Amino acid sequence: MSAVRALVDLLAGRRDAASLAPREWDGVISVARAEALLGTLSVRLEGAALPAPVAALFADQRAAAEIAQRQALWEAEMARRALAEDAEFVLLKGTAYAAAGLSCARGRQIGDLDILVPWHDIGRAENELLEGGWEWVKPDPYDDAYYRDHMHELPPLIHKARDRMIDVHHTILPRTHRKTPDPLALVADAVPTTSGFAVLCPIDMACHCAAHMLADGDLQGGLRNLWDFHCLAGDFVAADAGFWGRLDARAAKHGLRVEVRRAARLARDLYGTTLPSGWDRHDPGDRWYRRRLLARDNWGGASDFLLQQAFYIRSHWLRMPPAMLARHLWTKWRRR
Amino acid sequence: MRHDTRIAVGPVQFRIGSDWARPIAALNRLYASYPQDPERPADATVRLFAARPWRRWLRPSVQIGGDFTVPDALPLPLAMGLLAAEMGMNLQVALGWRRHLLLHASAVEKDGRAVILSGVSGSGKSTLAALLGETGWRLMSDEFTLIAPDSGDALAFPRAVSLKNEAIAEMAARVDPARLGPLLAGTPKGDIRHLIPRPDAIAAMHDPARPALILFPRFGGAAAAVEPMGEGEAFVRLTEASTNYTALGEAGFAALTRLVRETPAFALSYPDSATGLALVDRLWAEAGR
Repeated sequence: MSAVRALVDLLAGRRDAASLAPREWDGVISVARAEALLGTLSVRLEGAALPAPVAALFADQRAAAEIAQRQALWEAEMARRALAEDAEFVLLKGTAYAAAGLSCARGRQIGDLDILVPWHDIGRAENELLEGGWEWVKPDPYDDAYYRDHMHELPPLIHKARDRMIDVHHTILPRTHRKTPDPLALVADAVPTTSGFAVLCPIDMACHCAAHMLADGDLQGGLRNLWDFHCLAGDFVAADAGFWGRLDARAAKHGLRVEVRRAARLARDLYGTTLPSGWDRHDPGDRWYRRRLLARDNWGGASDFLLQQAFYIRSHWLRMPPAMLARHLWTKWRRR
Repeated sequence: MRHDTRIAVGPVQFRIGSDWARPIAALNRLYASYPQDPERPADATVRLFAARPWRRWLRPSVQIGGDFTVPDALPLPLAMGLLAAEMGMNLQVALGWRRHLLLHASAVEKDGRAVILSGVSGSGKSTLAALLGETGWRLMSDEFTLIAPDSGDALAFPRAVSLKNEAIAEMAARVDPARLGPLLAGTPKGDIRHLIPRPDAIAAMHDPARPALILFPRFGGAAAAVEPMGEGEAFVRLTEASTNYTALGEAGFAALTRLVRETPAFALSYPDSATGLALVDRLWAEAGR
């Protein structure tokens, strides 16, 4: 069995860790690292029967993930202090999951700090962050202008002392994207966490997770995003039996019904998410997504080159209209 | 991958895969005397691969990858495959290891107590450690020294010593030629030749040692000089020499604080190896007990 399949089955709880031969762990660990899921796997298999070296490695990963999470929340606190007191901002993705204490946060690797700020506040937020010690990462004027004119976020900023990146979003998909979710609704309906941060409300969080995975980018790191979706759905259904219905209506409002439905089906197929009857259908197109999500060889390397390229092209196709795409590729190609 | 091997160095089990047979064969010769446990799952994976399919045969060049990669790393010619493997192994440890505080330092041990030598490339720390390893000390590490956060002990990581430039002739004159790897001439780091540690150093690679001295050697200068170093400066220098200090959070801070509080530290400059060795012996006699 392939290592990436074994990883997915272990996460889903379909396979007993004790059934792996010692050397099968080689591939599982490499693939989990490549997919940023090693911390998640080590939490999922805490207490399972594991070979001693694997148990020791997983204990390291759990401890490291806990520290990394504390550091990520500290970074959010730093942003809060840098931004004006009355500024509204909403945590997104990994930091939001950690701040809200959601189950996918356990062991989860958190990269940059992602925040959402209303469009009318974006200039002010940028100034305050620059005064607070963040600096622009991309000195290239084309890239800078590209971010400002077409993207859903500011050019990335990095803190000069702590060396941590912040992505300041004003919406959740590029401005030129075919799908245009409603950013005002995202901010207006955000909910507070016990630690005093704001995060997206459950249905928006699930919409963002699906949009991020399926509409923005080429599905790289998709297994991790899909695990987030699987866990979010589990957490939110447990708290609210009407979650799926509300999610459907919200996805329709944001124009993300296709993405949310597909995310749900993929989560069911790979991680065993329980779906309500209306959602539980089969779409022949899903198999390409499943193949793309599982495109890792037993050494953690990318496999299925053509499919990866196809998804890469698709991501650009979704992100900008054809004429603009041509201009963009031409500019990028000329400066190679 | 087409070719692969497994190597255990100190607490880390590596799995190394390659598109070519040569780097794996070279690794197997260099690490033939290291203990092997074929059943043990790998902590870290290294991949040596052709960045473009035709680069497997046409001017073959080795891209270094694995669990962790450096995005813009330049490939090396196949003749330097052994160096690529070494860099790949170092990279996985530097970026992936979390069990211990990692210091970019060499170390030697005597009577269960360790001398840690920290310094930038070219400071001579590897050469000093290799020379000490031939004169009554156990060579623990030439590149990474691991500090256990719970006990404060130093742990060995005795991979094959990477001798550079003048150090090659200096060591070749002293050791059995069978302990030397092939000469890799004209690499980006100069000439390189690997030295297999003595069998007793390999056999004792799991034995911890109590840190007794921290030295910051600097090769060059006209005369020998020894300068005691305060805890604060040693602390700051070692945070810069650590690849995972930040990632370990409070445990890293506690381990490093303890290390600099309990271990005397000195900066030393030395014009030649003989002087360097004499200085280490003198400091060991005076402060290392």
